[in-house]
Amino acid sequence: MGVSRKLGGLGAVTTTLEQAVNWARTGAMWPMLFGLACCAIEMMGAQAAHYDMSRFGMELMRASPRQSDLMIVAGRVTRKMSPVLRQLYDQMPSPKWVVAMGDCASCGGIFNNYAIVQGVDEIVPVDVYVAGCPPRPEQLIHGIMTLHEKVKGEKIKDWA
Amino acid sequence: MTDHPWQNDLEPLKGIVSARAMKGETMLLNMGPQHPSTHGVLRLLLELDGEEIVTCNPEIGYLHTGIEKSMESKTYVKAITMTDRMDYLNPPANNLVFVMAIEKLCGLEVPPRAQVIRVILLELMRIASHLVWLGTFGLDLGAMSMFLYTFREREHILHIYEMVSGQRMMGTYFRPGGLWRDVPDGFVPAVRDFLDYFPQKLRDYERLLARNPIWMERTKGIAPITGKQAMAWGLTGPSLRGSGVNFDVRKAMPYSGYEQYDFDIPLGPDPGDVYDRYWCRFQEMWQSLRIVEQALYKLPGGPVTADDRKYTPPPRSEIGVSMEALIHHFKYWTEGIRPPVGEVFTVIEAARGLMSCYLSSDGSPHVHRVHFRQPTFMHISALPHMAPGFMLADIIAILGGIDIVLGDVDR
Repeated sequence: MGVSRKLGGLGAVTTTLEQAVNWARTGAMWPMLFGLACCAIEMMGAQAAHYDMSRFGMELMRASPRQSDLMIVAGRVTRKMSPVLRQLYDQMPSPKWVVAMGDCASCGGIFNNYAIVQGVDEIVPVDVYVAGCPPRPEQLIHGIMTLHEKVKGEKIKDWA
Repeated sequence: MTDHPWQNDLEPLKGIVSARAMKGETMLLNMGPQHPSTHGVLRLLLELDGEEIVTCNPEIGYLHTGIEKSMESKTYVKAITMTDRMDYLNPPANNLVFVMAIEKLCGLEVPPRAQVIRVILLELMRIASHLVWLGTFGLDLGAMSMFLYTFREREHILHIYEMVSGQRMMGTYFRPGGLWRDVPDGFVPAVRDFLDYFPQKLRDYERLLARNPIWMERTKGIAPITGKQAMAWGLTGPSLRGSGVNFDVRKAMPYSGYEQYDFDIPLGPDPGDVYDRYWCRFQEMWQSLRIVEQALYKLPGGPVTADDRKYTPPPRSEIGVSMEALIHHFKYWTEGIRPPVGEVFTVIEAARGLMSCYLSSDGSPHVHRVHFRQPTFMHISALPHMAPGFMLADIIAILGGIDIVLGDVDR
């Protein structure tokens, strides 16, 4: 900070590389378009005009896992879908994060039966859980802001 | 080359794909289960000759939730919560078909006020469901701005639904014998505001799409089906009426007081293509508005639940003063209701078509067996007949035309 005070009038900012990288990552996090069930509709609602998730640099939903940083698991994951989910996660380039949106993705929700995976954290590591059945778009946005906070505290060597 | 069984071993596909595919002359392409245009998790096994579709095999089950089985372990009232999550774009219709089955079993009479409120919410959610369809259909075919417009209007309807039920989508507002509670004071003005606001928007959409040359190029002449074929394949709802068959459960077998409303059934020509199915769905929104307007005009006063303490909970005011009411309340929420032994079948017109419920009761408080006939399950089974001969890009339009919801298909 001492340098910037000396350079005061020159418009220079000093920071650590780590902070700069993390700031950039939170500013343009591309979620993967991965709608499964009811929550996907609220996820679309969060993207649409009324809630406008693009305010947080997230307007680009990529259909391809190769181009995305964040997997929002929106909906119930069935046993049949789980290998597909894992494959998609493996195809995403690092660094990557996962948000479990809704009760079904977080813990199985109201479906405690033979068909539904009881929480998507059985298959992929989850960073943020968003409660609700389905969560409101505000809740999803809050979940993503929480993830941003988490990303800001990450160390570069964690991903290296 | 991965060692995926779909790609290397064609033996299991014998009889599913053509003989040319077995010799390697045509290309097999998996569309989905993670594809933005399959509206969820549908997998299509496409066999392509160049860009032309030779065979199209839908594979379902990626969203099989076991709802019918799970409902068997729940009491009747708690099982309603599960029905919300079947066709998640139109939850009140799912509630209604199940609740109607319970009412038929128990012989419950729904008060007129509850019936009218039900109709208002059903038609509003039909509009909301069609708005999601219109937005995603537009998005898939390149009319990107439709998505932003339709979701803006959908928020108004969700706001009304949240006002009455406390939840934006999964309200579980319909209960055996009526409704969970009466609508709040702001309900009627909110619906009236929507009725004032929405027609202008609907006219805007019509101007954006109906004579848009790109839109017509993508939808006209794609996957025409005759009325006879549509009936043979079990299509219902706007997908059937787009081919000129005049069948709507609201007219043919009225329920919930639909016989009192004046509305038309939009019909397409015979044979009807994707554009006609689009047109029918679109016009249905106008008709739904008409129904809501009439229902709001005639909204009567009175109770919103049937007065039968064995099957409906007592009002809050009675619990403090009547021992019997307290007992009924306790029994209702712990043990659940005990409908008489029997089997019933109910049928309604959901947003996507005919939806029915078969319910069997063994006299216990738990659902013995329940099965739902969901419209888009039949619509998907028509895909192998509709798609061949068209281009790969047309499959998106065909899927949008039959308006699939995978929660509706798999349950």
